[in-house]
Amino acid sequence: MSGPVVEGRGVGRRFAGVTALRDVDLSVAAGEAVAVFGPNGAGKTTLLRLLATVLRPSAGTLRLFERPLEDGGAQARRRIGLLSHRSFLYPDLTPVENLEFYARMFRVPQAAARVRDLLEQVGLAGWAHRPLRTLSRGMEQRCALARVLLHEPDLLLLDEPFSGLDLDAGTTLSGLLQRERARGSAWLMTTHEIGRAFELCTRALILVRGRLVWDGAINTAQRDQFEERYRTLTHGSDLALSHHAGADP
Amino acid sequence: MLALIRKDLQIEFRTKETLASLLLLGLLTLVVLSFAFDPASELRAEAAPGALWVAVLFAGVLGLNRSFLSERDNDCLQGLLLCPIDRGTIYLAKTIGNFVFMLAAQMVIVPIFVFFFNLPISSALGGVLLSLALGLLGLAAIGTLFAAIAVRTRAREVMLPLLIVPLVVPLFIAGVQVTAHVLAGKPLDTVLHWLNLMGGFDAVFLVVGWLAFEYAVEE
Repeated sequence: MSGPVVEGRGVGRRFAGVTALRDVDLSVAAGEAVAVFGPNGAGKTTLLRLLATVLRPSAGTLRLFERPLEDGGAQARRRIGLLSHRSFLYPDLTPVENLEFYARMFRVPQAAARVRDLLEQVGLAGWAHRPLRTLSRGMEQRCALARVLLHEPDLLLLDEPFSGLDLDAGTTLSGLLQRERARGSAWLMTTHEIGRAFELCTRALILVRGRLVWDGAINTAQRDQFEERYRTLTHGSDLALSHHAGADP
Repeated sequence: MLALIRKDLQIEFRTKETLASLLLLGLLTLVVLSFAFDPASELRAEAAPGALWVAVLFAGVLGLNRSFLSERDNDCLQGLLLCPIDRGTIYLAKTIGNFVFMLAAQMVIVPIFVFFFNLPISSALGGVLLSLALGLLGLAAIGTLFAAIAVRTRAREVMLPLLIVPLVVPLFIAGVQVTAHVLAGKPLDTVLHWLNLMGGFDAVFLVVGWLAFEYAVEE
């Protein structure tokens, strides 16, 4: 793909009179890894849900994969994976049944082999046939990760993907994300873990009160500058920006 | 669409929650109503169609209340909305699933209804089943749309009957009329106008639900 995966102009979203996101201009190219920062309630999750086509913009235009969302986004969704706070998995089904269901919905070829392979990769092969409700939160999150990667999406939207994962699972997730990026997937990841973001991403966005206030490249050499800029832009009020012990240099 | 229906059946086969609730409430309603009338009284036969449709309505609303609960756990409805299918297809799949569950419950409830009310069913069976099928399809068409709305509200158990019952009144009046006529031994063509009303009602609400579901699930 030559053009941008995501292209938004003046994108805004209101909920019952409350503006969650306003006037966001954004372009993301294939293979780009973007961290989305912002205080709680800044509009990060709303931005991801708009890009996932679960929400429609109240203002502005949004194009995904160089096409407007004329069909309500059904075609675009075939190429999008969203990892949310919630797993979107059925507690009464096993990991295999859950993934087979989503594989059928996304028409994944050779679904059984793909499901087996992914469960192996996320370390759930031994738990594949137990009802999801009997698994721990971390295991459920691993299964959700397998769900997201099932159809090899070109755009990955990750809403605080490391929350609830243990160290091993976090390392597995980092590895899988880097592999997806090498495959050409673009991803946007909301996080409060600055170390993870600098480890995995090459670009960052900062949202404050629904506005995109900063958009630029990041690298570990400029991390202190970035943190200073972040605190200035958010008026030093964000207590949620954390230094992840395992990921910080 | 088949994947969605299959998933709903798979969950129900495992938990048996919806079918068990439908059966229990439907049977209890029939038992209570059957004891309200003297077995020797002609009133009992006259009240039978109404009793059957009251049981259908109570059990149906309970089943519809449950139909989106599995989608609420872990925010699975969002997962469905992320799939590359249009929202109308989700609506049709959920409607078919609800229809199948309600019909399966009626396969048990109807014989017990016949037993309790001591009805001469053999010649009327076709008409009763046809009216039930049309009534349940309409109930599923309306109920699925409103269950998707009600599941996001706090008072969903109260909200759903309040939304559905006023709308299905014409459908249930037609159902009671068809059942009463065929149980009285009248041929089916004497109630064609009621059957047409039920068929038209189903078609209208299936189309309305298919078109409106997108807005029902949108925030």
